[in-house]
Amino acid sequence: MEFFHNPQVDWMGKKKYFIVVSVILLIAGIASIIVKHGLQYGIDFRGGTLVYVKFAHNPDLDAIRRQLDQENLHRATLVRYDAESKHEIMIGLDLQTTASQNALDAGKQAIVKALTNLYGRGPAGKIDFNNAGAQTIADHLLVNDPLRLAGKGADVAQNTYSRLAQAMVNYRNTPPREGLIANFSDLSAVPGVNNQVISDLEKDFYLSQFSVFNTQIVGPKVGAKLRQQALYVVLAGLAAMLVYVWFRFELIFGVAAIIATFHDVIITLGIFSLLNKEITLTVIAAFLTLIGYSMNDTIVTFDRIRENMHLNKRENFRDLVNRSINQVLSRTILTSGLTFIAVLALFLFGGEVIHGFSLVLVVGVIIGTYSSFAIASPLVLYWEDRARATAYGGGGVKKSVAPAPAPQPAGKDRRAKREPAGARR
Amino acid sequence: MEKSIRNRTILIIIVVLVCIFGIIGFPSTFQRLKDNITDRIKLGLDLKGGTYLVLQVHVEDAVNTTSDLAVSRLRDDLRTRNIPYAEVRKTDATHIMIKGIPQNRWEEVQALAQDQFPDWYVERVAGDPTSRLMTLKTSEVATIKNDAYTEAMATIRRRVDALGITEPEIAEYGQGSYELVVELPGVSDPTRVKDIIQSTAMLELKIVRGGPYSSKEEAMASFGGVLPPDTELLPGTSDSGAPAWYLVDRIAAITGRDLSGAEPSQDANGRPDVNFTLTRAGASRFAEITQRNIGKQLAIILDNRVQSAPVIENQISDRGQIEGNFTTQQVADLALKLRSGALPASISYLQEQTVGPSLGADSIRHGVEACIIGFVAILLFMLVYYRGAGVNADVALILNLLILIAALAYFGGVLTLPGIAGVILTVGMGVDSNVLIFERIREELRMGKTAPAAVAGGFDHAFKTIIDTHVTTVAAAAILFTFGTGPVKGFAVTLTIGLVANLFTSVFVSRVIFDYVLSRRERGEALSV
Repeated sequence: MEFFHNPQVDWMGKKKYFIVVSVILLIAGIASIIVKHGLQYGIDFRGGTLVYVKFAHNPDLDAIRRQLDQENLHRATLVRYDAESKHEIMIGLDLQTTASQNALDAGKQAIVKALTNLYGRGPAGKIDFNNAGAQTIADHLLVNDPLRLAGKGADVAQNTYSRLAQAMVNYRNTPPREGLIANFSDLSAVPGVNNQVISDLEKDFYLSQFSVFNTQIVGPKVGAKLRQQALYVVLAGLAAMLVYVWFRFELIFGVAAIIATFHDVIITLGIFSLLNKEITLTVIAAFLTLIGYSMNDTIVTFDRIRENMHLNKRENFRDLVNRSINQVLSRTILTSGLTFIAVLALFLFGGEVIHGFSLVLVVGVIIGTYSSFAIASPLVLYWEDRARATAYGGGGVKKSVAPAPAPQPAGKDRRAKREPAGARR
Repeated sequence: MEKSIRNRTILIIIVVLVCIFGIIGFPSTFQRLKDNITDRIKLGLDLKGGTYLVLQVHVEDAVNTTSDLAVSRLRDDLRTRNIPYAEVRKTDATHIMIKGIPQNRWEEVQALAQDQFPDWYVERVAGDPTSRLMTLKTSEVATIKNDAYTEAMATIRRRVDALGITEPEIAEYGQGSYELVVELPGVSDPTRVKDIIQSTAMLELKIVRGGPYSSKEEAMASFGGVLPPDTELLPGTSDSGAPAWYLVDRIAAITGRDLSGAEPSQDANGRPDVNFTLTRAGASRFAEITQRNIGKQLAIILDNRVQSAPVIENQISDRGQIEGNFTTQQVADLALKLRSGALPASISYLQEQTVGPSLGADSIRHGVEACIIGFVAILLFMLVYYRGAGVNADVALILNLLILIAALAYFGGVLTLPGIAGVILTVGMGVDSNVLIFERIREELRMGKTAPAAVAGGFDHAFKTIIDTHVTTVAAAAILFTFGTGPVKGFAVTLTIGLVANLFTSVFVSRVIFDYVLSRRERGEALSV
């Protein structure tokens, strides 16, 4: 099976269109970033509090907002998370709202207090089972001793109740319950739980209508530091790539590859901004993947250009670049296509948690492949043309951006010059 | 030819067996197999659920403690030598100002400083011949800070271990910023753990010199505004629950360091309290002090707060109780904290992340499903597009993942979401290597080469490209691994392992399969690529 047989596309003849497309994408992205006052960073870079809550019934967002206002959390953001039927919301507080309190988790405590007022207030003195940890439950079981283990030694009782509590917490946390049980009697499904255990639990605990299933709190010092660190490390990684490509090829190849990679990153950042997606630490990992992928693709093309340069020193460089891209075209389409299928699967079926992550990958595979022939190769061609112009002109007579004064001026008889690539050797 | 294929095949089989052993061990039952897999492939907190804390150790506290101690020791020493002074005062964490010492006594003071305070410089103060400024040496400050950091880390580790959390991870974070990262798998409600980690738990037993007073002002007033030397006022609560202030010795008779054990217990009325026992050295000191102070009150002080102040009725040697208005839980936690030792410096939290177990499980399920769908699609496509050679590619890709997972298991690596990003790039570049080789072989065949020559030429040419792409990426990954933290590092680890494995599978293994196919092939038969 073969998709492409001996393609003869004049890629470099289309570089004007590529540049127009790239410039439009770059401008749209940068404009969006500027209009929205910079990139939107996630809590991990910005600092603040993010609390994910699951409700037993469909939550009333307005009521929650009013309640949060009463707790002086005026600038909280409330967003539905995942499918509406899952009754999950995400409550975010930025640093300004929480900075006044000294404890790192003051914001979370206030949110939980507000939600408790609204949905979960239980009888005085009782603990919320849905938000309790295994340790708390085990301690209460130990005191009540529903299995009558007191005579069997402290260790036996302690171990049995810890294990039982852990089993109940696991049961509570597994889908479809996902952190919320509606009745204590549901717990009888857990091995080892009998009626005595349930009635003892009912004495000390109640069941609230919500459960905090994920928390992220980042202090003011950490966010800025993380952002800076991530940036420096990525730049250092790019520098390492530049040095290696310089060493293996020529400096211009390294520079062109890096420029193409920056082009990809900026466009993807722009798309992120247009779609109002937040940059989180996980998304950074996806950007690293994008950089690696784009670099890989560019180097494959460059490798072919280098090989052809050694084989055929006389050939018009522009034709040589075209021929090289055509020679690797089949592999480019295949590799990119297959990688695209893989990341598309991740994007479509990977779930809400990694949505931003897989979006970067989907965009990155396309743009990373595109930039190899549309940005990196024309840059090298432009540089070589200039270098040759300087050499022919005897020292800077005609160094302008003008087309290459190669033996046969390109453009007019493009068609005539084409010949099967394979037949050259 | 035949022999070289056999030797290379044996090498490949050994690698495969070592990898499989690394992942599953020698399971005797299916249950063991499952246990081994979950045991060896460790998932990060983002996938497994748990609590992730970044905390700051305020090591300056330890420096402050050192200089506080130096001030009180210096005053004592001056007094015992009958050297008059106007003032010995700490100006900041590393400086002590001594004022008003007669000119003729300075030599003595100098000798005392050299002898008793070798970590301090003593310098003259411009324009004041009766004063000196003592400065803590910079090297000593660094030592104190590092010691405090290491000790805090050890104390926190003891506390977390005592809580019975499985596989906690406590490690340095950042460089030179005295930060720690604490990872607590499976902990979905970190309130109690955070509390236990953070509390200083500094226990001191001091003789009460006055009080209780109902307020600080009342206490000051009863001494005419100036406290007796070497005493301090500490807050507490009286038996009725009202605030009370006690005047106690500045230097503790017994501290938490003298404890040999602490257990939750109950007092005569059945109220929860903590029983502690003292080391031999502590016990003999305690016996002496209690005997000398029969009839006086002994303040039991926790984190600079008087918990109780019982009257010493007779000599006590090696045990005591800490009473207060405690719950059972508080008593258990207090005993745990005392057993694990006091923190040498205070701690604050910089970052806190709790991933609920269901969220982690959810993202694993979705992610794994999606990855499998994508991976199977790739495998199928390679078979359809390259027919015979597609088998090479599929074997190479599967083996690549196998080696990657085994390497993580052997090195105790942790698979996180960013790590999966590295795996995705590995698979992408793995596919690319195979495609590069096959396309090149096809090219060579089109140029009319024989099958063996085309395979050799294809591998030779493609290898140069593959080496370039792989070295470039590994070079960047090495930087990310060395300087990156958290997610960036996780990405670099899987990517590096994956790419090295890929060089082996898509170049070496795939070549062996080609050679085998070629050796079995009839002369003139077409190569399936």
